[in-house]
Amino acid sequence: MTTSQPVSVILATGARYSLPLMLLFSFFILLRGHNLPGGGFIGGLVAAAAFALFVIAYDVNAARSVLGIEPIRLIGIGLLVAIGSGLPGLLLGMPFMTGLWLEPEIPALGKLGTPLLFDVGVYLVVIGIVLTIVFSLAEDS
Amino acid sequence: MNVVVILPLLVPFLTAIFGFLAWGNRQAQRLISVVGSTVLLIASLILLWVVSQQGIQATQAGDWPAPFGITFVADTFSAIMVVMVGVMGLSTVIYSLVTIDVEREAQGFHPLIHMLFVGVCGAFLTGDIFNLYVWYEVMLIASFVLLVMGGERSQLEGGIKYVTLNLLASALFLAAVGLLYGLTGTLNMAHLSEVVPTLVEQQGMVTVVAMLFLFAFGIKGALFPLFFWLPASYHTPPIAVTVIFSALLTKVGVYSLIRVFTLIFTGDAVFVQVVLLVIAGFTMVTGVLGAVAQYEMRRLLSFHIISQIGYLLMGLALFTPLSLAASVFFMAHVILAKSALFLVGGVLNRLAGTYDLKKLGGFYRVSPVLAVLFFIPAMSLAGIPPLSGFWAKFALIRAGLETQQYAIVAASLVVSVLTLFSMTKIWAEAFLKEKEQEDGKLKEGVEPVATLPISERLPLLAPIAVIAMLMIVMGVGAEPFFNLALQASEEMLTRTEYVQAVLGGQV
Repeated sequence: MTTSQPVSVILATGARYSLPLMLLFSFFILLRGHNLPGGGFIGGLVAAAAFALFVIAYDVNAARSVLGIEPIRLIGIGLLVAIGSGLPGLLLGMPFMTGLWLEPEIPALGKLGTPLLFDVGVYLVVIGIVLTIVFSLAEDS
Repeated sequence: MNVVVILPLLVPFLTAIFGFLAWGNRQAQRLISVVGSTVLLIASLILLWVVSQQGIQATQAGDWPAPFGITFVADTFSAIMVVMVGVMGLSTVIYSLVTIDVEREAQGFHPLIHMLFVGVCGAFLTGDIFNLYVWYEVMLIASFVLLVMGGERSQLEGGIKYVTLNLLASALFLAAVGLLYGLTGTLNMAHLSEVVPTLVEQQGMVTVVAMLFLFAFGIKGALFPLFFWLPASYHTPPIAVTVIFSALLTKVGVYSLIRVFTLIFTGDAVFVQVVLLVIAGFTMVTGVLGAVAQYEMRRLLSFHIISQIGYLLMGLALFTPLSLAASVFFMAHVILAKSALFLVGGVLNRLAGTYDLKKLGGFYRVSPVLAVLFFIPAMSLAGIPPLSGFWAKFALIRAGLETQQYAIVAASLVVSVLTLFSMTKIWAEAFLKEKEQEDGKLKEGVEPVATLPISERLPLLAPIAVIAMLMIVMGVGAEPFFNLALQASEEMLTRTEYVQAVLGGQV
C-alpha cells in the first residue's frame, strides 16, 4: 500500500484497522442524524478523521491512494448531490428543496428521502474540505 | 411554485460545482464558466420578463409556508438587479479569459467567481432577513478568496483591511437581526413590514435597530464615513476582480439599505431622512474629492464608486416615487459606467504596463477606438446628455427640487462637475497627452490596441463595446427603462403587492 516506512508500527497497524471501523461509524452517524444528534457534518468529520489518522501513521500519498479521489472533486460531487436533493421537488412542480420521502421504510436504514440525500451531500463536502486542508498542511511541512 | 425565481441561484451554483469537478482542467473550466454565465444572463432576463408581465413572483423554499420558511421573492427591483448580475457576469467572465493569469485560474478563479454570483443573486432574491445575512457570507467568503488570490504583498495588505471591516459589519448585521427577531418574533421581510409598524411603544428600539442596519450596510456599501476599506483594497486584485467587485458588492449593500428602509423601517421617517441625506451628501463629496487627488487609475475610479453611492442614497433619502425610481435607474447606470471605465483601465494597463496616469499617454492617437470606448462611459458617469447618466441625475435632481432639499441638490450638482473634472483628467493624461520623450529617442511604449492578436482583442474590447452600447441605448431610449424603474419604485412604496406575493393573504 505504501512505499515509505511507517512512523510507528503500532500506529500504522491501528490506523489500518480503524479506518474501516471509523468509516462504518461515520455512516452510522450520518444515518442517525435526521432525528438524533449526528448527521452529514459530524459523519463527514469522523470519516475525514479516519484519513487524517492515515496521514499521521503513513504519509499523504498513502492516504491519497486509499481515498482514491482528489478531495477537491469530492467537494464538487458533494455539492452536486446536495443541490440534486432539491431538484425532485422542483421537477414535480413543488418549490425547490421540498422534502420528499419513499413510502416503505427500509429496515436498518430508516426512511429514505431527499433530506437524507442532502445530508449525504454535506457528508461528502465535509470530507472533501477537511481532507483538502489536512493534505495541503501535511504536504507543506 | 416558481422555478424562474430560483433559477438565477441554481445556474451559477451548478456552474461553480462543475468548475470544481473540472479542477485542474483549464480549458474545461473556462468553457463551463462562459456557458454558465451566458445561461445566467438568459435566466435573469426571463425572470425580469416574467416579473414585469405577471407582477411579483415568490417561492417558498422546501414548501414551508411563509413566514416560517425561507421565501425567495423577485419584485421588479430585485429582477433588475439580477439582470445586472447577468450582464456584468458575462462581460467580466469573457474579459477575464485573457486578463487572469494561468496560476490564478489553476487556483479556482472561475468556480469562485460563480460562487460570488450565487451570493449576490441570493442577496437580491431572498425575502428573509436572516437568509440575507447568509447570502452576504457566501458572497464575502468568495470575495475574500478572489481578493487575495495570487498572494501578492499588496493584495494581502488590502485583504486584511477588507476582511476586518467586513467581518465587523457582518457581526453588527447579525446583532441587528437578532434584536429585530427579539422585538418582532419573525424574520420574514414581508411579515416584518406588517409587524414593525405596530410596535408603537418600542419606536425607540426600532430606530436603534434601524440605525444598526444602516451602520452594517453602510460599511458594506462604503458610505461616509465607513468607506475607507474600499480604496484601500479595490486596486490590489487583478482588474477583472476589481470590475466585478465594483459592479456588484457595494451595490448589494445599497440594495439592502433600500430594501429595509422601504419595506421595514418606515416609521421614523423624518429622522431617517435627515440622517440619510447628510450621509448621502458627505459620501458624494468626500468620494469625489478623494478621486480628484489620485493619479493611479484604479484608485481614482475606486473613489468614484464611493461618490456615486452617495447619489443612490440620495434617491432613498428623498423617498418619493420619482427619487426611488431614479435610484434604481442610477444603480443600473452606474454599474455599467463604472465597470466600463475599469475595463478600459485594464486594457490601458495591458498595453502600457501601468495604471499611473502620469506614465500613460498618447492613446488617442494610436487607438481612437479605445478612446471612444473610454469617452462614452466617462461622459455618462459625469451626466452628459444624451447618455444614461444624464437621465439618472436629472430625475434625482428633479426629485430633490420637488421636495425642496436644495442643499443636497447643490451638492450633487457640484459633485457632477468634479466628476467631469476627474474624467477629463484621465482623458487628458492617458489619451490626449503625448508620451514624454526620453533621451531624445522616439516616442515609444504606446502600443496601439491593433498590435494585440484578435483572440485577445475581442475578449478585451467586446464587453466594453456592449456596455457602452447599453449606456447609449439607456440614454437615447430612456423611457422603457425608466418606466421599469418607476414600476420598481411603485412596488417598493406601496408594499401591499410584495406582502401579498409572499404571505399570500394569510396571516
